Amino acid sequence: MAFAITSNAIPLPIAAVPVVEVDAFRRDVLTAIVAGGRLLLLIGLPGDGRATRLLAAIADDARGAIAVCSTDVTDAYPALTPDCPSAHYFEREIAEQYGIEPEGHPWLKPVRFPLGGPTIGEADFYSVAGSEIHEVAVGPVHAGVIEPGHFRFNCHGERVIHLEISLGYQHRGVERALRGGPDRRSLYLAETVAGDTTAGHATAYCQLFEGLAERECSARANALRVIALELERIANHIGDLGALAGDVGFLPAASYCGRLRGDVLNLTAELNGSRLGRGWIRPGGIARDIGSDELRELKRRLSDAGRNMRNAVDLLWKSSSVRARFENTGVLRHEAAADLGIVGPAARASGIDRDTRRDLPAALYRARHPTITVGDNGDVFARALQRWREIEHSLGFLADVLDDPGSGTTASAIPSLAPDAVILSLVEGWRGEIVHLAVTDAAGHFAHYKILDPSFRNWFALAFAMRGQPIMDFPLCNKSFNLSYCGHDL
Amino acid sequence: MFKTLLARARQGYRTAGFPAEEPGLPALFRGRPELDPTKCTDGCRQCVDACPTGALRVAEAGVELDIGRCIFCEECVAACPEGAIAFTRDWRVAASRREDLIVTDDNRPRVDALGRELRRLLGRSLRLRQVSAGGCNGCEVEVNALGNVVFDGSRFGIEFVASPRHADGILVTGPVTANMKQALLITYEAVAEPKLVIAAGACAISGGLYRSHPEVSDGIEGLLPVDLYIPGCPPHPITMLDGLLRLLGRL
Repeated sequence: MAFAITSNAIPLPIAAVPVVEVDAFRRDVLTAIVAGGRLLLLIGLPGDGRATRLLAAIADDARGAIAVCSTDVTDAYPALTPDCPSAHYFEREIAEQYGIEPEGHPWLKPVRFPLGGPTIGEADFYSVAGSEIHEVAVGPVHAGVIEPGHFRFNCHGERVIHLEISLGYQHRGVERALRGGPDRRSLYLAETVAGDTTAGHATAYCQLFEGLAERECSARANALRVIALELERIANHIGDLGALAGDVGFLPAASYCGRLRGDVLNLTAELNGSRLGRGWIRPGGIARDIGSDELRELKRRLSDAGRNMRNAVDLLWKSSSVRARFENTGVLRHEAAADLGIVGPAARASGIDRDTRRDLPAALYRARHPTITVGDNGDVFARALQRWREIEHSLGFLADVLDDPGSGTTASAIPSLAPDAVILSLVEGWRGEIVHLAVTDAAGHFAHYKILDPSFRNWFALAFAMRGQPIMDFPLCNKSFNLSYCGHDL
Repeated sequence: MFKTLLARARQGYRTAGFPAEEPGLPALFRGRPELDPTKCTDGCRQCVDACPTGALRVAEAGVELDIGRCIFCEECVAACPEGAIAFTRDWRVAASRREDLIVTDDNRPRVDALGRELRRLLGRSLRLRQVSAGGCNGCEVEVNALGNVVFDGSRFGIEFVASPRHADGILVTGPVTANMKQALLITYEAVAEPKLVIAAGACAISGGLYRSHPEVSDGIEGLLPVDLYIPGCPPHPITMLDGLLRLLGRL
């Protein structure tokens, strides 16, 4: 089979990526997936002349390797989706961005409604017909302080038969703006892919940048990045547990967890000035070293926060009214999660034993990583419990990192980037696997930049989990995934 | 039930003392910038060239920093060889007028309280409909924090409501994407008169990092009449609370 093999944040000369006939491409990709590979991404790139180059990356999580291959297509090609369901959203994106038709794809609905295409909201939505069937349309402006998106529930009585999710309202041209870089805006554009994942996306960007320059950060810079990433994970997970409590009307845990989230954001702010960690992680290292007194203080305060979190979250597990609402609600079965290529805590809650920190680490988590555990039931309860376990593992792991943060310079200058190369940079963000891909031109500038927030893969899982649910459970199911609109819309 | 009460005792009282007390911001907090144009050397544009959002300009009277565009990243501070720019820990950066966001050596942002009649109509409550119009969800994170027990906007009657019909105004975040423009304008229309418009964050004020992208409208300037600008990327909840309380004449 024609693949170029690489790994996380290791560049490949673009010439080393095989370009094969479309039938061979399709056969090779499907064979690799049948053999246990995972479709990491499938994207279009501008090809020669009229052609669009399709590039597929297959992750071999057991070996920590990534296989890459490509093909050139014009107008149409036989879709992978019928044989590989996890390609479905990628192929919708390819159709929208390049006007290529993946033939045999069940429904090429718009993904983001970019400029020049149909007006947002004007699309063929899946709808169910029949007596007593009705449709509930919600959004783009929702009831709370939430990002915009459009949801259509096809219901029979209270029961949801299918949920149609239509996004794109946050589309602001991030990937396009990154082309031609790196420049003074690039890092900040990466940080704001999803504001609640500033450390995750900034790290993915910096790792990509350093990979292309064939430089690695010092052990200490990596340890400080790990602190930033794990604080982000803890803050968001505890916030989500509070929001889940709020969605079932259990206000004590909702208040405590909301405040505890803020406590973790405040710790982040004390280390770098910004509650979201803006400007903290930078190419070559990190903006600011942390002194040993500060590290000790951080450890003490994290341990305090951990105790308060345990106390607050325990209320959830011990309240039968909460458990009754969480258990068996919004089940995402293991097979569905695997077929759809779901990532992150949502996948682990459905029993998928995969975490970039362990399976495909770059320098960041290569030396050590937190304990990785998985759940089984795939319901709201499993996703809530998964978050709590990840908080506990991260707290324990951080205590070790704070004891031994390594040494070395925290900021180093980065020379120019490799020309004519392609690189994939993966980070396990709090929502799951973040992928940044760049292709450089002859001058070492970004000819193409692709961002894959975990939400891109996971939105469809929410639609799946809602099938057969009472419509009143939507807020709860939605919050149990807590996906990003801006990270999807880019 | 007993466990819940015990937990309540353990978790304690956590509401911030602000505004009666100082807000206790971290030592590294990046607030209102201060400029000293007398330090600038002729022809130097290093800060201007370093700024990711084009927030700096060298005018006749010296360097100016538009905090309506600024993302408070301090690239300019690092670039300036003369130390002419510094970010202070002052959280009070909200302003009533767009031009007051242009920080020079003697211009600083300030908020004028609403007129007496409007304040009488609002009474002791301010209900806002938040509209997220593009952006990165960073501002939404901090707007949500305004509702938690620490910042607790509801102490001052400040709450976010589900329907524009129940709102006294809208608080907009994001650069106003082409895909959200219509929904934003419809939401604004749905709020009963008299109504307020608050622009929170660099994106809503000026387009922020996405300024001049064809996919966005460079914020709400020119689309809606703005009563309060709250700069930041994102603004700290204390900055938002401070701006809102000043608008209501409570500070």
